Amino acid sequence: MNGAERTAEVEPRLLLIHLLRDHLGLTGSHWGCDTSNCGACVVLLDGKPVKSCTVLAAMADGHRVRTVEDLERDGRLDPVQEGFARCHGLQCGFCTPGMMLTASWLLDHDPDPSPAAIREALSGQVCRCTGYENIVRAVRWAAARRGAGPR
Amino acid sequence: MSGAAGGPAGAAAERPLPAAGRKEDARFIRGRGRFLDDITLPGMLHGAILRSPLAHARIASVDTAAARAHPMVEAVITGDMLAERGLAWMPTLSADTQAVLATDKVRFQGQEVAFVVARDRYAARDALELISVEYEPLPPVTDARRALDPDAPVIRDDQPGRADNRVFDWSAGDLAATEAAFAAADVVVTQEMHYPRSHPAPLETCGAIADADPVTGRLTLWSTTQAPHAHRTLYAMITGLPEHKIRVISPDIGGGFGNKVPVYPGYLCAIAGSMLTRRPVKWTEDRSENLMSTTFARDYHMRGQIAADADGTILAVRASVLADHGAFNGAAQPSKYPAGFFHVLTGSYDLRAAYCQVTGVYTNKAPGGVAYSCSFRVTEAVYLIERLVDLLARELGADPAELRMRNLLRPEQFPYRSATGLRYDSGDYPRALRKAMQIAGYAELRAEQARRRERGELMGIGVSCFTEAVGAGPRKHMDILGLGIADGADLRVHPTGTATLSVSCQTQGQGHETTFAQIVAAELGLSPDDVDVVHGDTDRTPFGLGTYGSRSTAVSGAAAAVAARRVRERARLVAAAMLEVDPEDLEWADGAWRVRGDPEQARRIAEIAMAAHSGLELPDGVEGHLDASAVYDPPDLTFPFGAYICVTDVDPGTGEVRVRRFVAVDDCGVRINPAIVEGQIHRGLADGIGIALMQAIAFDADGNCLSGSFMDYLLPTSVECPSPELGMTVTPSPHHPLGAKGIGESATVGAPAAVVNSVMDALAPLGVRHADMPLTPAAVWRAIKGCPIRPGPIGG
Repeated sequence: MNGAERTAEVEPRLLLIHLLRDHLGLTGSHWGCDTSNCGACVVLLDGKPVKSCTVLAAMADGHRVRTVEDLERDGRLDPVQEGFARCHGLQCGFCTPGMMLTASWLLDHDPDPSPAAIREALSGQVCRCTGYENIVRAVRWAAARRGAGPR
Repeated sequence: MSGAAGGPAGAAAERPLPAAGRKEDARFIRGRGRFLDDITLPGMLHGAILRSPLAHARIASVDTAAARAHPMVEAVITGDMLAERGLAWMPTLSADTQAVLATDKVRFQGQEVAFVVARDRYAARDALELISVEYEPLPPVTDARRALDPDAPVIRDDQPGRADNRVFDWSAGDLAATEAAFAAADVVVTQEMHYPRSHPAPLETCGAIADADPVTGRLTLWSTTQAPHAHRTLYAMITGLPEHKIRVISPDIGGGFGNKVPVYPGYLCAIAGSMLTRRPVKWTEDRSENLMSTTFARDYHMRGQIAADADGTILAVRASVLADHGAFNGAAQPSKYPAGFFHVLTGSYDLRAAYCQVTGVYTNKAPGGVAYSCSFRVTEAVYLIERLVDLLARELGADPAELRMRNLLRPEQFPYRSATGLRYDSGDYPRALRKAMQIAGYAELRAEQARRRERGELMGIGVSCFTEAVGAGPRKHMDILGLGIADGADLRVHPTGTATLSVSCQTQGQGHETTFAQIVAAELGLSPDDVDVVHGDTDRTPFGLGTYGSRSTAVSGAAAAVAARRVRERARLVAAAMLEVDPEDLEWADGAWRVRGDPEQARRIAEIAMAAHSGLELPDGVEGHLDASAVYDPPDLTFPFGAYICVTDVDPGTGEVRVRRFVAVDDCGVRINPAIVEGQIHRGLADGIGIALMQAIAFDADGNCLSGSFMDYLLPTSVECPSPELGMTVTPSPHHPLGAKGIGESATVGAPAAVVNSVMDALAPLGVRHADMPLTPAAVWRAIKGCPIRPGPIGG
């Protein structure tokens, strides 16, 4: 869990999002729809974006989970975080953690994604505030920043 | 890409931005926002609501024994239990009543029937399944057009003497003058259209945590509200608790868009649950509950007519409307205006006469009405007039942009009294449309369209010119439940020269903490980093009606500016004492009070603030300290406007619509924070695409909601939304202290008409004249085939 081992005894039916939020106190990941449509709950499971409202907590046993709380390291923001702030890629901030995690996964696999590739990667997640344009700009900004130097 | 300023430039540049960008972002990008469901209190319990599976039924019995026996359950509350305490019904913001928990009947699918309080959220849901309710089904009214039939079942038989489903009749304009104008017209175009029921669907659903302290008698309610003060007053009215013992806290809000204006039964259930168990109780909706029970928007059945001369001079417009308000009139709008500002239906045009008549009806659907970035029904009015103008253009064989250009109000006509009595403050409409046409390359687009049509391709160009009416006021004409629409602001400058502004409105993503800091900073010569904004807490902020109807900058922003100017005037007296000159000898320049003719002799706010708190002998009229309050009562509405052009491509085989380009020229007066303004426009354009093409709350003939999840209620994603092309003009409002007008809803208001006009333009070669939203592939395909989908319950 964000680089540390965490143990919790949970009901078999407990969803990963509720484990994170209600049991481990990690409220940065949000819950939005129950049906895997909105992506407010996206976290990285073994490095891949998953919708944690449709993953059982038990399924994460023995796996690596990374959440928004782990993006900033040693007081340094991830370029994706910086990009979202600089490009006004967020308004209410509710979808932002999930968007940033998917964006960071995308940049790990495609360091210089086109706007169309960014839109495709984020198409399983909903933002009700930005109309997506500034999110695309934020990811482009982060790509440029990552490309410009060491993280 | 943003266009250059087309008006008095530099107004925004005079207000410096915070050094680190938007103040709100630092917490959100780190996952450190504090939303309602992030809050946990010691000993907190969890509530869940049992909802009606039927749209209309009498309740024969509610048996909660098995639920109460569940080992994790602390309490089960029914309507009858609330009724014993006088809490079973609550007032709505439209002065109707709404059931908190049903006692006699259920009136829509999803209505609140019982409330379980348990030790965790899963157990609360488990216990819902242990409650047994016996219903006696009644015939539902699911089509608003059948609601006034003589044999229609009476939905609101809770109201003594009620014999039908009529909520209100309301009209505006001059009927006789309108009829005369229509009689004299060469051309009259008529169109029936349905603006479908949609839902704001903020990503965060609604919820509350109630903490009723049995010892102090204080009630603290954290809730997802856009209007904390208005809610507190309502809770005092409903519960009988003294208002000063109630504290409403609105934490970070994950989007509102109007959905979080009303008081919902769940909030009252959480309060009742906390009072009963003497512990804090959290209640949060799931997505289906949000879509099926909280306030919807639109659902207007409209018949519009437009009259013109043969040369294309528009003479008059009229409309008759049937408004579906659902089972309770849960709309929120100024009480004199049951149809909001629908009478702005004359739009951006110079008309001789206009008339509109609106009838509101009850149906067995979720309650609500006004919500979803609509500026109090301006959305419906703009859609009506902009569709009618397009249909008129087609009738006349005229280009829709040119027809608009020749009928737009001219700049010299402002302030302009519309045919329905609204007083437009300022505008230069032709300039906005010219700019939009220029950015779009309108002539080239038409040439491209002609080429594509020859190849059988369906390309559409849709134009929409909109005029909004926002910033509701003055209070003597505008109130909600008797509360005048005015907002307070308190500003305190601390001894070391930093400042705290408290405002009554509540941000839900609009960036008030940044914009309002900029307003104060610019007035006082401070850095916005030295101004913090307190909001969303009734114990810490002055009274005001909240954030909706694009009123934050228009009303609270004005209050902040007025308070800052009062502080500045008080600072002038202190500075005069410090400099031992007459206050009249000082002038405010470059962020300081300066001696006229000797500008180096100056005192900045930080120095003045320390002096005002010090032992300095202060002049008469200054008691010490440096603070001020203001209550802003708007002299009138403000009228943002704009011109939009939407380019679409329609697949003739599948009916799928692709929005290729969206050009938006907005004029919201002076822009305080241009990036935030553009972000709001981006959002509204996405709303316009969603509402026009996919978002609709549908019902079947039995009143079952068919759009109760995001699998059925479709929202636009990153692949449906184009990269917007923005331009702007700046025409300041003459009566707003900052010249600002409001921007929060402009694009949601203006965009749907542009999208639909574009699709209808694409389908014109096939003879399609009109099809109702949402223009899903199925709807477009059926329109192409000559059998458009009609509004009304599916399968009815």
